[in-house]
Amino acid sequence: MTSVLRDIYNNVFEFVRTFGAFQLFFLRLVRHSPRMLLRRPGLVIKQVYNTGALSLVIIMVCGFFVGGVLALQGYANLARFNAEDSVGTVVALALIKELGPVITALLFAGRAGTALSSEIGLMKATDQLSAMEMMAVNPVRRVLVPRFVGGVISMPLLVAVFTCIGLFGADVVAVYLLSVDVGAFWQQMQLSVDIKDIQEGIFKSIVFGIVASLLAVWEGYNAIPTAEGVGRATTRTVVITAIAVLILDFMITAVML
Amino acid sequence: MEADSENLIEIRDLMYSRGARVIFKGLNLTIKRGEVTAFMGPSGTGKTTLLRLITRQLIPQQGAIYVNGVDIATLNQRKLYELRQRFGMLFQNGALLTDLNVFENVAFPLREHTKLTNRLIRHVVLTKLHAVGLRGAADMSPTELSGGMARRVALARAMVMDPDILIYDEPFVGLDPISMGVIVRLVRRMNDALGITSIVVSHDVAEVSTVADRSYLISDGKVAASGSPDELQAANSELVRQFMHGMADGPVAFHFDAPDYAEQLLGRDSE
Repeated sequence: MTSVLRDIYNNVFEFVRTFGAFQLFFLRLVRHSPRMLLRRPGLVIKQVYNTGALSLVIIMVCGFFVGGVLALQGYANLARFNAEDSVGTVVALALIKELGPVITALLFAGRAGTALSSEIGLMKATDQLSAMEMMAVNPVRRVLVPRFVGGVISMPLLVAVFTCIGLFGADVVAVYLLSVDVGAFWQQMQLSVDIKDIQEGIFKSIVFGIVASLLAVWEGYNAIPTAEGVGRATTRTVVITAIAVLILDFMITAVML
Repeated sequence: MEADSENLIEIRDLMYSRGARVIFKGLNLTIKRGEVTAFMGPSGTGKTTLLRLITRQLIPQQGAIYVNGVDIATLNQRKLYELRQRFGMLFQNGALLTDLNVFENVAFPLREHTKLTNRLIRHVVLTKLHAVGLRGAADMSPTELSGGMARRVALARAMVMDPDILIYDEPFVGLDPISMGVIVRLVRRMNDALGITSIVVSHDVAEVSTVADRSYLISDGKVAASGSPDELQAANSELVRQFMHGMADGPVAFHFDAPDYAEQLLGRDSE
């Protein structure tokens, strides 16, 4: 019995310790971020390219097909009530408020988050972070902050691209394949999508950008410096980001309704 | 402790353990200014750990390490980074930054710590790369380099800020004889020509003997013997003889602790 209690105590203690360290880590990144943006914008731009521009293909392809499938499903169900002209509204609200930020964040975790974690983990395993320390260069500031800031900047931009391409995919499917009236498709959308819906999407994309980038650099920086450790950190990045994004999505939606 | 002009680094009663494993138990040693000092010892005696302690990548649990008379455990981060700018360290695997090419790797400390113009940085970097014979590899990526070349680039990077102390972690491992000869000569030449202090961690007895002024043989968490390479070669201690002459039998067991060989083979211990 005492050993069970001791195990519970140890696990709770470890969780609190790790969560505290995680918050301090986040504050360190935030503290260095403005200076990095102002003094070394080149480093941040390089990471926006790595996490953002290099994710564009997967984001655009997925965005197109998600928009297309929403149009198909929306049309099939709305047609029962002769309301197929509203398919534009359904797709737009789903993409702007929910699927755009959530799917982009999940794809970001799979494409850019894993790349960040494994890169930082391997830098640790090959002593590159220790070498920086020895050259009196703070690796948190020089390596982690530009990657974190780059990810935070990239995510809203990727969400915008995903949503726009998704709307385009829905337009192709609804208007060209299912013969929904093009005027009705876009006008219904304009009438029903409010600026608050777009604000909700932007807010979620910023929150998800912070969470996904933070978890990726945290996992990479705390990876056990072996091949197995880096692999495990990469997997954890995807799993924890997915869980965190979906829970936060629910919470933000509940608050903003 | 007063700064002693002759002693650059002093380690006093150093205790360090990792988990249940005690690595150092009361280690004392001194590194004299301007000399090449070697740390030798069997694998797993904590030579690399000692380097990490001297550079305060790790902090001792007891005892103190003084650099220029200052206990480095008391330094704040700014002072520590100021001190580290006077250190150059060559890691076992080179530890080159893989997202930068060779030139930018060597230029890295200059770009981070100085406001030199690009023209001047180019001049300094090419000079250092020329010294290690790799000026022609300036545009190559670290992944295109052989192990020996990577270590020479890392050496150029370690000396680009003209440090007072150069630390080499296993600089001779895995090198072909030509690269080995080049590195050995570089260690000695830089030490003498630039007036720096060098610390070499190695278990390569022959190479260390040609380059070191003073060697410390570390075993079982303490200094087992110290002196010039000739003194160590002539030492009577069984441990020193075993290590210096590479003998299988002696105080350092070749086999890790294990149950009886015959019994384990016959499977009696599992019955």
